[in-house]
Amino acid sequence: MSNIVQAPVINGEGYQLTQLDKVIGLARSKSLWPLPFATSCCGIAFMATMASTYDLARFGSERPSFSPRQADMLMVMGTIAKKMGPVLRQVYEQMAEPRWVIAVGACATSGGVFDTYSVLQGIDKVIPVDVYVPGCPPRPEQILDGVMKLQELVKNEPMRRRNSPEYKALLASYGIVVN
Amino acid sequence: MQLTNETIQQKLTEKFGEVVSAFEEPWGMLTFEVQRDKMLEVMQWLRDDKEMGFTFLTDLCGVHYPDNEVERQFAAVYHMHNWVANVRIRFKAFLNGEKPEVESATPLFNEANWQERETYDFYGIVFKGHPDLRRIMNMDEMVSFPQRKEFPLEDQGRTDKDDRYFGREQPRLSVY
Repeated sequence: MSNIVQAPVINGEGYQLTQLDKVIGLARSKSLWPLPFATSCCGIAFMATMASTYDLARFGSERPSFSPRQADMLMVMGTIAKKMGPVLRQVYEQMAEPRWVIAVGACATSGGVFDTYSVLQGIDKVIPVDVYVPGCPPRPEQILDGVMKLQELVKNEPMRRRNSPEYKALLASYGIVVN
Repeated sequence: MQLTNETIQQKLTEKFGEVVSAFEEPWGMLTFEVQRDKMLEVMQWLRDDKEMGFTFLTDLCGVHYPDNEVERQFAAVYHMHNWVANVRIRFKAFLNGEKPEVESATPLFNEANWQERETYDFYGIVFKGHPDLRRIMNMDEMVSFPQRKEFPLEDQGRTDKDDRYFGREQPRLSVY
């Protein structure tokens, strides 16, 4: 495993020393359970990403979770109408920490071509986003690249980031209460 | 006897006189205007009269004509269909621009319920007597009636859109 080498490791006979942060980060990054929130054509691209040719499961996202309680990575794919905004937010709030969000495609990122009164101009208006994947719709390779970018974030995230005042301030700026 | 546009027009004029006007037949579909306070009466007759038999309200929608005089700035448009003779008609009731109101068609057709809610949602046309007139498509917090021409199409809160890519600014013409 090339990944383990990245952590400073002290090996000896019968023991191995490393940092807990790194081990946990590694474990988390390789078992990101996605919650697909697919509302339009990017969802179709995601289906291809999940299926055998591109096989999202290779990256540890074996089990798409359709319950927000058991998901780590919210993948928002498609146009989010303003009326859908509160629903998306509720789904995000129902996810347990740690949780990450990928905005897949132009619509989820910025509203895309739907520059109109009824469409949310990017999901970052209602929930914080970790990775943006451009494209209309993105190729499955691009979605996979987004997932890998997120894995890098997850791997390097300090254990206590979620308790930090910055993180709480970020969530508070979205009006999301953290316990 | 076949139900022709001429027959319908003749019967309507006989029955309602001044109430119905401006008959046209664009693409063969009989179209006319009806006075707004008599709209429900005309619709009921079209539905219940044995010969007319327009038992189905295909569609109901609104139109905004901001350039017309105040009395004719909105129109409620009704499409009806006689399934037996396979004939369709359409009629418009023009409404006041400042206070667009018309009788609800829900006593005659239950299906008018959601269609009137939609028309209210987008044009702010008030259907008097509707059992539950609130927004149906747009979010409840919305204050505008977005299909009215005075409301801009774009979300005013948007921050990252370049108008040039949306055809809202004259593109720079290259001169050769």
